[in-house]
Amino acid sequence: MSNTAKIIIVLTAITLISGAVLALLDSYTRPKIESYRKIQENNAIAEVLPENDRIKEIVQDGYVFYEAYRKNELVGVAFQISGGGYQSELVLMLGVSPDFSRITGLKILSQVETPGLGTKIEKDESNKQDPGWFINQFKGLRTLPSITYVKNAAPSRETEIQAITGATVSSKAVVDILNTHIKKAKAARNIE
Amino acid sequence: MKQKTAIQEFLKGLWDENPVLVSLLGLCPTLAVTVSAINGLAMGLAATFVLLCSAFLVSLLRKVIPNQVRIASYIVIIATFVTIADRFLAAYTPDISKALGPFIPLIIVNCIILGRMEAFASKNGIGRSLLDALGMGAGFTLTLLVLSSIREILGSGTWFGMQLMWPSFAAWKVMVLPPGAFLTLGCMIAAANWINTRRRS
Repeated sequence: MSNTAKIIIVLTAITLISGAVLALLDSYTRPKIESYRKIQENNAIAEVLPENDRIKEIVQDGYVFYEAYRKNELVGVAFQISGGGYQSELVLMLGVSPDFSRITGLKILSQVETPGLGTKIEKDESNKQDPGWFINQFKGLRTLPSITYVKNAAPSRETEIQAITGATVSSKAVVDILNTHIKKAKAARNIE
Repeated sequence: MKQKTAIQEFLKGLWDENPVLVSLLGLCPTLAVTVSAINGLAMGLAATFVLLCSAFLVSLLRKVIPNQVRIASYIVIIATFVTIADRFLAAYTPDISKALGPFIPLIIVNCIILGRMEAFASKNGIGRSLLDALGMGAGFTLTLLVLSSIREILGSGTWFGMQLMWPSFAAWKVMVLPPGAFLTLGCMIAAANWINTRRRS
């Protein structure tokens, strides 16, 4: 057998076997990974919406809205939004009242911000009583005319949150993502 | 050169030829993922798994793989095991998988692994290659564990997520940031060199 033929046969065999092994593995792990993602998402939806007895999923203008009903009355809407943070993409689950005037809850689905600084948007280890103080500030916040943030001071307005010291960019990113997507999603749902 | 005994083959990776402290290989994941002890340990174990499986296959196929395509073949073999490790972590330990992010897939280009394939597994029998891989993997894992433990304890006041320092301890934020990785690794390499110099003289 010539050397060239051997090279082709060996390399082809190795890549074929590799491909087959990985395809087999994927069919086994994919459902597990997918179901974990789905659980995370459902938990987040339940967490950001007010108490309800039924959730309906509808797609409008590229957004997937999860509508929460209590006794057939619409009590809130949740949807997934994302945007750039300080060094990573922030993926958030946002819950709002039906007219989008108030935030009913906000949860971070994924972020890879600076450890110990930007990661405080999700969990602040230095605040033992309330590690989620930053993200919890958004609950009940008014969205009009727009959400703003203050530094090193307690928020004084109904549309204001306090930014994290040392992580202003990450804090501002969350606020910006909210303002942008609330406006866009309102247009998608034809809300004035 | 004298042939090493089996136990020496394993032990050399732990100290004398430690991939991080002596050969200075695989520094990218070493510096990047060691913000917490659990990440360091997971990275070390994942790399060890890939190292062991790849060493076995490369050593087994060393007479079959033509010289001209050996690197390409090693990369495919390594990439296969890295993908296996990555998918398993994502399926069974999603939190660790999320924390390690792109660094698990990047084990493919970890020079410790390709280096051991080229320098050792392609020239030695299966038994020796496995011992070599196990030693190198253990050396890498232990170094990462020490480095990440120092960074987590000083930078967050915790170890494997458990509160370790007194409550009023002010965490050294810099330790969990990139400069902390360089400072700690520099000190560890300095300490290793100091010990080695004293041992020799």
